Amino acid sequence: MAKKKVPAMNTSSTADIAFLLLCYFLMTTTMGSQTGLSRRLPPMPDKNQKVEDQKVNRRNIIVVKINSADRLLAGNEPLDVSQLKDKIKEFLTNPADDPNLPEKELKNIEGYGDYRVSKGVISLQNDRGTSYQAYMAVQNELVRAINELRDEFARRNWGKGFDQLTEDQQNITKDAIPQFISEAEPKDVAKRR
Amino acid sequence: MSKFGGSNNKKDVPAITSSSLSDIVFMLLFFFMVTTQLRETENKVIVKIPEASEVVKLERKDLNSYINIGTPIKSLQAQYGTDARIQLNDTFKTTDDIRDFIAAERESKSEADRQFMTVSIRADQDVRMGIITDVKQELRRCSALKIMYSARKGAQ
Repeated sequence: MAKKKVPAMNTSSTADIAFLLLCYFLMTTTMGSQTGLSRRLPPMPDKNQKVEDQKVNRRNIIVVKINSADRLLAGNEPLDVSQLKDKIKEFLTNPADDPNLPEKELKNIEGYGDYRVSKGVISLQNDRGTSYQAYMAVQNELVRAINELRDEFARRNWGKGFDQLTEDQQNITKDAIPQFISEAEPKDVAKRR
Repeated sequence: MSKFGGSNNKKDVPAITSSSLSDIVFMLLFFFMVTTQLRETENKVIVKIPEASEVVKLERKDLNSYINIGTPIKSLQAQYGTDARIQLNDTFKTTDDIRDFIAAERESKSEADRQFMTVSIRADQDVRMGIITDVKQELRRCSALKIMYSARKGAQ
């Protein structure tokens, strides 16, 4: 039987069409994951509720101030951003139990046991004229100090870096070294306006 | 003699099949479609994100709302000036509009996911903190407490 041969379809243009689509998606989409510093804002105090002044012991708080010229004041001394990390680490660990540095509270952490958790709080205050870049640099140093402390804690207990721990171990570490960063209180904001 | 119809005496070079080319390109296409996301809004402010070394990745991109803060782009500077402005969705807004914006964003998320909603503050590195403090206060008032300061991983 003489079969009629079906002519092959010309497929050379499909590649062009696909390229066109590809270019379209390349143009309209964004790549790269969003990264940044995660924070939790304190909830707004209730208006009806009488604001109780939370008495935080003076030794438990370190005030980090950034002025409009992006200069830094931590505790009561002017510092450079590069020195801030060590200052914060010293403040949070208080290795020599200095009475001027934060007290520690014996706390039972589930799955670990008792650990003397520092009660230190970092209070970050800024001026309205502070540049965002300086503010972020300071925020970054604060996080870095805490991350390094967590890493040291992890290495002491499990001999591994913080990233390599299991989720439970990470939670224990987070309980042992909490991240207490308080950002500008509302009264400060109102005052500056 | 036969200049054109020389196929009978010269050996024919077989044509390269280009049918697989389209498959390869489609594969590329799918790769980009999966790894990227559609650009939702057009930037109307110049945002140069500050650098930081301790950045963390955002887990759920779909639960994220963006607040862009920066100076208006060149073509809009004649109209809006060079002062830092807040951009929500596609327009310039003031801090008073953040409440509505957050409410609308909340509404668009599913009920179970609402508590995980994060507000990403994408601010230019030269912006003054005053405007950001205002935004933060407004966010606190709307109880959108999970925030993220956008930063890129620098070579620190």
